[in-house]
Amino acid sequence: MTMKIMVAIKRVVDYAVKIRVNPDKTGVVTQNVKMSMNPFCEIALEEALRIRESGSASEVVAVTIGPSHSVDTLRTGLAMGADRGIHVDYSASLYPLSVAKILTKLVQIENPGLLILGKQAIDDDCNQTGQMIAGLLNWPQGTFASKVVLDKEKQVATVDREVADGIETVCLNLPAVITTDLRLNQPRYATLPNIMKAKSKPIKKFTPEELNVEIKSDLEIVQVTEPPKRKAGVVVSSVDELIDKLKHEANVI
Amino acid sequence: MPKHNTRATLAFLLRSLHRPTLLPSATPSSRFTLHDKCNDVVRPDYHQVPSFFNPLGNFAQTTKWGVGIQQKCYGSMAGLVQRNPRFSKLNDDDVRYFEGILGAKNVVQDEDKLVAANIDWMHKYKGSSRLLLQPKTTEQVSQILKYCDSRSLAVVPQGGNTGLVGGSVPVFDEVIVSLSSMNKIISFDKVSGILVCEAGCILENIISFLDNEGFIMPLDLGAKGSCQIGGNVSTNAGGLRLVRYGSLHGNVLGVEAVLANGTVLDMLKTLRKDNTGYDLKHLFIGSEGSLGIVTKVSILTPPKLSSVNVAFLACKDYSSCQKLLQEAKRKLGEILSAFEFLDGQSMNLVLNHLEGARNPLPTLHDYYVLIETTGSDESSDKQKLEAFLLGSMENELISDGVLAQDINQASSFWHLREGISEALMRAGAVYKYDLSIPVEQMYNLVEEMRSRLGNTANVIGYGHLGDSNLHLNISTPQYDDKILSQIEPFVYEWTSKHRGSISAEHGVGLMKANEIFYSKSGETVQLMASIKNLLDPNHILNPYKVLPRSLIS
Repeated sequence: MTMKIMVAIKRVVDYAVKIRVNPDKTGVVTQNVKMSMNPFCEIALEEALRIRESGSASEVVAVTIGPSHSVDTLRTGLAMGADRGIHVDYSASLYPLSVAKILTKLVQIENPGLLILGKQAIDDDCNQTGQMIAGLLNWPQGTFASKVVLDKEKQVATVDREVADGIETVCLNLPAVITTDLRLNQPRYATLPNIMKAKSKPIKKFTPEELNVEIKSDLEIVQVTEPPKRKAGVVVSSVDELIDKLKHEANVI
Repeated sequence: MPKHNTRATLAFLLRSLHRPTLLPSATPSSRFTLHDKCNDVVRPDYHQVPSFFNPLGNFAQTTKWGVGIQQKCYGSMAGLVQRNPRFSKLNDDDVRYFEGILGAKNVVQDEDKLVAANIDWMHKYKGSSRLLLQPKTTEQVSQILKYCDSRSLAVVPQGGNTGLVGGSVPVFDEVIVSLSSMNKIISFDKVSGILVCEAGCILENIISFLDNEGFIMPLDLGAKGSCQIGGNVSTNAGGLRLVRYGSLHGNVLGVEAVLANGTVLDMLKTLRKDNTGYDLKHLFIGSEGSLGIVTKVSILTPPKLSSVNVAFLACKDYSSCQKLLQEAKRKLGEILSAFEFLDGQSMNLVLNHLEGARNPLPTLHDYYVLIETTGSDESSDKQKLEAFLLGSMENELISDGVLAQDINQASSFWHLREGISEALMRAGAVYKYDLSIPVEQMYNLVEEMRSRLGNTANVIGYGHLGDSNLHLNISTPQYDDKILSQIEPFVYEWTSKHRGSISAEHGVGLMKANEIFYSKSGETVQLMASIKNLLDPNHILNPYKVLPRSLIS
């Protein structure tokens, strides 16, 4: 069975960078700030690579949508071990539904047996794209995956999901959409031999127009502000003073 | 395979220690009884305190890490250090006087707080001071010293107490003057990058402050979470970025220090260039608190550049590491900001003892190199670094390597290198040496020491290869004078023969005061003694340390 796995990855502000709101309050500062692959996307790619290495798949294709710099992130994916890359070139803002539509078109072109994404991107924290694609394609979905077991013969994926009450196990008939959570795996590093190999791996380019997708949103971002600074705590000298403060300052009793 | 078995055993023991109920542990009181033997006379005394290799013994729990730490009282190999009778003993009038200047809250006689201030980070040196002072202003420091000078009370200036040569803790009952309460940042000039702050500022806090402004500190070291800038300046700390930004002698623009008689020397300039007379601030940079107490510092900070890349590489032999350094200086040139090396034994130690340590490479190697580049253009820096690394791989200088793809991965590589000290502490007893040796011969010392000690000890070598600075560490289950006699004075003689320094960056402190002649001539040391007599005629500042005890009594 030669199954293909498609992994969607996103270039975001590096997780360790201190985020600052830009002066006109329309978003965060991304100029001169370190950008890297979204950590959940790294986990998604790692899972795809492990499935390929176990023999259940033959090819891993990494996809990214974004400006020309996104190719760097794609190269990182190739250096981790993806076989080839697809770059959909688009420089303005993206929205989960538009991304889902683009990926749907690519799925129809590539016909993968499995589509793996990170559960959310750390810049918008939407947690929508995976679910929307599953809806558009009418595919089963296993989101917040903390464990994935593939049965090649039966073409079934058993996914442990991290939900509020604990772990829920679902069985999905392939083809399916899986979104990954933090505890699924620990992504590998990009070794020098693999970085060297990645230079010759092919990256195919598309534009949203070629895929017949219009990128628009029904939502408008009105303002972006920082949360209020946390005030220092106060040491109270007696229980009476505590009750007084709770009553009159915090207004909670 | 034997390697895996040892690792599994150690991993089991590590897990057991994190759940202390699995092993019998000492009650808190035994922590104090272990030190009964150490009072006025510091002897080369040691205790058979078990570690990983002997878990069924009694061992003390410290609050710092919750694991068994070697408790030991250790004196100079040369013999006993006697308390100098010229120093007075503290009395109640003295305490009252200090309370008058500082307020009762800042005069500490509390047992528990004193215990922490009396022991150094390595738990190798323990004093018996009964008084800890926490001044808040330079004026208070001046009054304290003036009084102590008049009363002949010995004083130990103390910052973050992270020193590794016993320079930051009392030897006997010296009064501890802690700079921790003087932790304000006084000013910062965003155009020039010149920072003025008090000596008690913790390095990591300064780094965070500067990060907000778009600047970095020119020095960085593993102890940054605790060490204070006053201490860094007083010991001329080196660190991980010296290869790029140079030493503190170049970056410190001004110092405010208080002399032993209370005189405040205001040399706190914020000028890049000032050739007016003798540049005395340099006397206080690196004199380890023996000439004066540093109270304020003005330092030139470099701008924070946006593109930082870290690579973790493996080399098959030491000469490849050297050639790699030469190539890196040439090919990476102005963007090279750190070049560190560690040997296979250091890596094994870290993987076995440090929490969250993960080998970035799929297999183990004999030598590892960590290279960091810092520049202003992400894509061109990455290209440069990648081209250099791939070229080195083709030339077989590197056998394998990994390039960090995000800040988290970069931090995890640094964690491996910066965590070696901590891993050593957890592994048992450690004899630590910090030597400057010409690069070509550096690793020969490690190999000779290894053959000298055989399997009585684990000898590891790592350090700032870019600065020719070797950190030679000998890890043993417990402190053992037989092993020590095999190490010293051999290591000092070897270093001296190769015209190296017996202390590249750690300083001399108590540990190497008598060994200073291995690296400095008699005439030089004599002049140092004269300067000491001039600035501190009553010898109250950090006695018994820095200069040979025979010269200063």
